Amino acid sequence: MAKDALMDFDKALEKFEPVIGLEVHVELSTKSKMFSSASNVFGADPNTAVTPVCLGLPGSLPVVNKDAVRYSISLGLALGCEIAETCRFARKNYFYPDLAKNYQISQFDEPIAFEGSLEVELDNGDIVTIPIERAHMEEDAGKLTHVGGATGRIQGAEYSLVDYNRAGVPLVEIVTKPIYGTEGRAGEVARAYVSTIRDIVRGLGISEARMERGNLRCDANVSLRPRGDEKLGTRTETKNVNSLRSIERAIRYEIQRQAALLDKGTAIIQETRHWHEDTGTTSPGRPKSDADDYRYFPEPDLLPIRPSRELVEELRAALPEPPAAQRRRLKAEWGFSDLDFKSIVNAGLLVEVRETVEAGANPQSARKWWMGELSRTANEMNVEPSSLVTPTQVAELQSAVDAGTINDKLAREALAGLIANEGTVAEIIEKRGLTVVSDDGALIAAIDAALASQPDVLEKIASGKVEAAGAIIGAVMKAMGGKADAARVRELVIERASA
Amino acid sequence: MSDLTRLSAAEQSALLESREISSVELTKAHLDRIAETDSDLGAFLHVSDDALTIADEVDAARAGGVSLNPLAGIPVAVKDVLCTLDMPSTAGSKILEGWVPPYDATPVARLRTARMPLLGKTNMDEFAMGSSTEHSAYGITRNSWDRTRIPGGSGGGSASAVGAFQASLALGSDTGGSIRQPAAFTGTVGMKPTYGGVSRYGAIALASSLDQIGPVTRTVLDAGLLHDIIGGYDHHDSTSISDEWPSFADAARRGARGESLKGLRVGVVKELDLSGFQPGVTARFHETLTMLAAEGAEIVDVSAPNFEYAVAAYYLILTAEASSNLAKFDSVRFGLRVTPNGTPTVEDVMSATREVGFGAEAKRRIILGTYALSAGYYDAYYGSAQKVRTLIQRDFAAAFAQVDVLVSPTAPTTAWKVGENLDDPLAMWLSDITTIPVNMAGIPGISIPIGLADEDNLPVGLQIMAPARDDARLYEIGAAIEALLDAKRGSTFSALTPAFTGGAN
Amino acid sequence: MSDITEDTVRHLANLARIALTPEEVTTLTSELAAIVSAVEKVNEAVSADVPATSHPIPMENVWREDVVADELTSEQALTGAPDHDGSRFRVTAILGEEA
Repeated sequence: MAKDALMDFDKALEKFEPVIGLEVHVELSTKSKMFSSASNVFGADPNTAVTPVCLGLPGSLPVVNKDAVRYSISLGLALGCEIAETCRFARKNYFYPDLAKNYQISQFDEPIAFEGSLEVELDNGDIVTIPIERAHMEEDAGKLTHVGGATGRIQGAEYSLVDYNRAGVPLVEIVTKPIYGTEGRAGEVARAYVSTIRDIVRGLGISEARMERGNLRCDANVSLRPRGDEKLGTRTETKNVNSLRSIERAIRYEIQRQAALLDKGTAIIQETRHWHEDTGTTSPGRPKSDADDYRYFPEPDLLPIRPSRELVEELRAALPEPPAAQRRRLKAEWGFSDLDFKSIVNAGLLVEVRETVEAGANPQSARKWWMGELSRTANEMNVEPSSLVTPTQVAELQSAVDAGTINDKLAREALAGLIANEGTVAEIIEKRGLTVVSDDGALIAAIDAALASQPDVLEKIASGKVEAAGAIIGAVMKAMGGKADAARVRELVIERASA
Repeated sequence: MSDLTRLSAAEQSALLESREISSVELTKAHLDRIAETDSDLGAFLHVSDDALTIADEVDAARAGGVSLNPLAGIPVAVKDVLCTLDMPSTAGSKILEGWVPPYDATPVARLRTARMPLLGKTNMDEFAMGSSTEHSAYGITRNSWDRTRIPGGSGGGSASAVGAFQASLALGSDTGGSIRQPAAFTGTVGMKPTYGGVSRYGAIALASSLDQIGPVTRTVLDAGLLHDIIGGYDHHDSTSISDEWPSFADAARRGARGESLKGLRVGVVKELDLSGFQPGVTARFHETLTMLAAEGAEIVDVSAPNFEYAVAAYYLILTAEASSNLAKFDSVRFGLRVTPNGTPTVEDVMSATREVGFGAEAKRRIILGTYALSAGYYDAYYGSAQKVRTLIQRDFAAAFAQVDVLVSPTAPTTAWKVGENLDDPLAMWLSDITTIPVNMAGIPGISIPIGLADEDNLPVGLQIMAPARDDARLYEIGAAIEALLDAKRGSTFSALTPAFTGGAN
Repeated sequence: MSDITEDTVRHLANLARIALTPEEVTTLTSELAAIVSAVEKVNEAVSADVPATSHPIPMENVWREDVVADELTSEQALTGAPDHDGSRFRVTAILGEEA
């Protein structure tokens, strides 16, 4: 594809004001789907988590999942929205092979939640209020796999395969109003917004919100208007933005691309664009023509939803504390410095660290695992740290360290085992033989062997040069394949010298 | 037993329960009748090959003293609009040729639970779009009374099968009259229950807010017996009514005992008793009113001014919903696939499949429905039609404030000749003027035979309507009128059916 | 207000994914025009204060508990498929949009 001309970012901002709008899709973690009783699972064999409803078989009918409605109301409340007295489902009609009925059951003019706002915190501590237009319920589509194309992409593919396991998974689509005044921080604001939504839905326990699995997806609308203009510019909608980092990059890219076009006097085409993680660019999707006429009408197979005020108040009372308040509380409870705490937040790992602490680990250790080894490994594998292990697993790992069963070095090996899905911490320690040698006899034998080749060490220790023990500890650790508790070895060496 | 197929299901049931006949005998008699007559009638698209197996099992169960449903062992025909696990389910469309669903429609599952052998699947206008059963991709069905005539539609297959004694019981579907109008044309009984009274799960949808499944039989009692089996709440259908329903068979028995007509306030809808109706239809209708009055019923003229708009609003709602419901036929998951030459995209394949797979009437209605929903036209068409629906409901509410039941001829005419209205889709659509308001309001309506039109000697039906959820009232009043007419005639209506042994025409 | 042209019919057929022949377009254009003028009368009947009725029998809050049931095997799912690879439905190439 032809390379887009880009304007320097700062120059683009000098000439134009960016206005962004965000559409976030959250997959709800109900047991069954939105309108069908098929299981809502990730990674099942193709077309096994389906009922006649998911396949759109003739004669099949949708029935609303009550928990999906409850989750949607909770999310609406957490976003500061009003909850509709009455709302309805509507059919959005368009043909696509991943859409089993060739219409999506969604909500149109009567969403379940509307008129909200969300405060998000930027890296420097600034708070930005994001105006929310609506949050509505709908169903996800199936999954297409393109076969035979050079890149596995749709262009040039010989054929495509369809798996409807994801078809009908409950979604809440959250739509912002136009967000003004973000200026050079447009991308950062978008990232912080999505990150906050992720924290909220995880805090509510209504979604796993794993972006790499598509549990949380963001479409970014970007438009530019010349400085001083009232009228909004033509916007593009960038899809396929699957990580917090790419949201920021994609918006930045679109600002630079649109600025270059506008600067040349070229009009922006209102279109859907796709983000490419590998190249860091966007490219145009299908031009919108007939696809714009979705022929929405009230879904005749479903009835209106009128959430009782009692239910709404019950769910409101059960809301967890808002993210900003929670952050203040956790920082104090954990006794972290501003810097340490902010680094966790900026890495998008607050939920992981918090859940690890809740699972029993001390805050420092929890922070160390997520910000250290796990972030490093995730970065190498180009995935999110949360996709590697669960907070509970990390807490179990740390508990084995605290109990002296394994040392830090062995714990890193055990972590590799967890990432490789080899089993529980206990099973991995067992299978990989990672337990530290706690048998003093074996340690003493190794110490004796080491002392035999370095006979002067004992004298040095005896004469007060305790640091000389290091050489023996190193040799013993090596001999034991790293499975020794260094502190115990040190004790034994000193005992030996003073004997 | 001379001919088991001439008996009503209630009579067949009595013989089964007294063990004078077996279900195998009864089922075989019907299968033989189908084999003998159906090449001329064309009522069945598929005849089951395991009806006798089920019959045999029922006989064994009965011999073993197992307690059975009154209709256990009585064979039943199923309109091809309903999904059946072991038989193709095509809705009369080429686009579903040979499709065997991996699930049973709820009404079908309930027939199986009641241990009724399924005889097969009956012909219908494609996706129930039609009033003559001439729009099936698999050929026409002829009228059991006169093979030069259409049997009505869309459920001409079920009605003709029952009318021709191929089955005593059948299931139909009624979106704008598809159970009642064929019943009128074939001299049978057809009941459209209250919307939500019978589950739509597994019924291939035409118009979701109008469709309803119901019984097709030769007597009111049989319809009640069958309705008792298929009806009631189903969690698979969100629009299913969760009320406890009374026994409709009991209601029919109560009506047949007499007394129900005395003091009954019967409303005659002015707008459904028009001068343009066939004279023989109007004559039988007014005779019936006179008879009811003689029995102590009070005949009241009522007006429903908005019925004038019912047909227009109906076709807008129907086509809009149908255009969306029929989008699933895209060659991806089931049914026909037509792949054009060259290197077609999936869009090309979908378009070619739908071009070949849908008949002319289906395409016409999909295009109209797409238009009615498209940007800029929604409010004027679909939106206004939904408002008309409110007005029609208000008309019914006002009428039922004055009377217990409403009556009208089921159809403006008797069965017309095969091919007669084919060139004029609008004329065909207008023939449903009498039945459509019932679907628009979601209320129940039943058609029972009341005689033959003088000019053509063809059956005429009486439509009786009751408020929503009061289906039992229709069974009671229907059975009362039926009993009165049978007594005057000295026989059942179906005994008048001209002899038909197949081959002759 | 009806203004049905052959272009209208072609546009609608494209929305509805039906490949019409030129003859069908011509026939449908005149039929659709006639039908639309016949159904336009619904506008006469209604005024702004009449509410729309979507469902003949009013009900609300019809939902089910969040429980898994009625699942098909992949074999059952694929049973009527025109083409599949043993576990997934197969369709010809999709042009246009990247997924």
